[in-house]
Amino acid sequence: MSAAPLPVVPYLKIPAAGDPYLEGHQCSSCNTIFLGERQVCSKCAARDQMETIKLAQTGTLYSYSIVFRSFPGIDVPYISAIVDLDDGTTIKGNLINVEPDPEQIQFGMPVEVVFDDALGRKDNDGNSYLAYFFQPKS
Amino acid sequence: MTDVYIVGVDMIKFGRFPDRTVPQIGAEAALLALDDCGLTIQDMQALYCGNLGQASGMVGQRLLQEIGQTGMPVVNVANACATGATAFREAWTAIKAGLYDLTLAVGVEQMGKGLLGGGGGAKGISKEGLLGSGTMPAVFAEAGMEHANKYGTTFEQFAKVSVKNHHHSTLNPKAMYQIETPLETVMNAEMISYPNTKLMCSVNVDGSAAAVLASESKVRELGLMDRAVKVRASVLSSDPWQARDLVMPDVNSCTRLAAKAAYEMAGLGAQDIDLVELHDCFATAEILHYENLGLCGDGEAGRLIDDGDVALGGKIPVNVSGGLLSKGHPLGATGIANIYEVSTHLRGEAGKRQVEGATIGMTHVIGLGSACAIHILEKAS
Repeated sequence: MSAAPLPVVPYLKIPAAGDPYLEGHQCSSCNTIFLGERQVCSKCAARDQMETIKLAQTGTLYSYSIVFRSFPGIDVPYISAIVDLDDGTTIKGNLINVEPDPEQIQFGMPVEVVFDDALGRKDNDGNSYLAYFFQPKS
Repeated sequence: MTDVYIVGVDMIKFGRFPDRTVPQIGAEAALLALDDCGLTIQDMQALYCGNLGQASGMVGQRLLQEIGQTGMPVVNVANACATGATAFREAWTAIKAGLYDLTLAVGVEQMGKGLLGGGGGAKGISKEGLLGSGTMPAVFAEAGMEHANKYGTTFEQFAKVSVKNHHHSTLNPKAMYQIETPLETVMNAEMISYPNTKLMCSVNVDGSAAAVLASESKVRELGLMDRAVKVRASVLSSDPWQARDLVMPDVNSCTRLAAKAAYEMAGLGAQDIDLVELHDCFATAEILHYENLGLCGDGEAGRLIDDGDVALGGKIPVNVSGGLLSKGHPLGATGIANIYEVSTHLRGEAGKRQVEGATIGMTHVIGLGSACAIHILEKAS
């Protein structure tokens, strides 16, 4: 069991010093940004042109759903959000600190990426995890 | 290359058959399709069998063990919700290639109840409800809300799709349900994933459908042209790269790609289509596909449902079978059940739900991941 929390996805980076961040892999041939490591660009098919970058910490809400029925043991309701980051990357996650009510959610609303414990979820070895969330930009 | 015709096609009434095996359920549709054209399993030169739940279970061979082991080649097909249509297309391709004159395509599925999708990988912890939702109702809700973002499509407009398709299914004895669901019933049903209520999600059912395909010379030789349906276009696409692919499974661009190719192959346009069976896995999805298939311009789908153009009796009736929303969605069978529905209208045999004077129809399915299959069918002349 690790003393420090583990990243919930491989593209969430937890440096030894400094704040956590999301990492993208950018094709230097066509500039497309991907989540997670890869060797070949699925847009332009260039090989071995990927460079790691830090993803933007802010963006806007592109689409969402308010989830009322999920798998057993998952707390509902919650907002599943699609966010366009300011660097052009799109990521998906929970939108928090907003009422799960369509009246309270506006397309294009500015949001920021925040990092927090993964809702108390632990793996079979007892490890805790760090996750990312979106919240309205303050 | 020869033209290819459907000479026999049928489906079983969709329902729940927990006491039957997948091959048994598939065999019933296969026999119905053979009876529809008066042929036997011995006449078939190859079988293409679509099924997802037992994709590694040799369902096609086990189906022949039920109805006749002739030694013919069998190909088992899995392509998400495009599975049945892909099996049909493989049967079409083989005749086009000149390999065979008579092929059989079967789609079959036995479903559990409950939500599809999500779950995440085995490593680490579940991402469901932590990094958004991977359930199908949520994924298709997000696809619909993208349309709402662009064009202002409303919850009520999405809900009207379900009202329409449930109404259509009251005229279809082979649909799972024949129940009218007024707008307030649909909108007040249990909210699953906003804006999709329970009545805006397709029904998990068991079912099967099958088609017998033939080359033009074989149709004439057998004297089956009277009820034959010509396959004017058969197209399969995968999802081309799109900016939001990594987090939003794309049902739009693969449909647009396939629709463009299908219209080109058939040498006609959307204005020539008399009815459409499209992939209404969720009410939100149907709205998107009006535009993806060119039934209206971009941003006009809300008006199309408001004006009743897509209802039976409208300009371009969509999902007069009741669609996946009410006829039911046995994943591997759906693609051939759609083909059965359109063929039945082209033959003028659709009873109370008949689209009058229908001569050309279109079928469309999407397998998330993604695969899109489109067929354009025409009454043989």
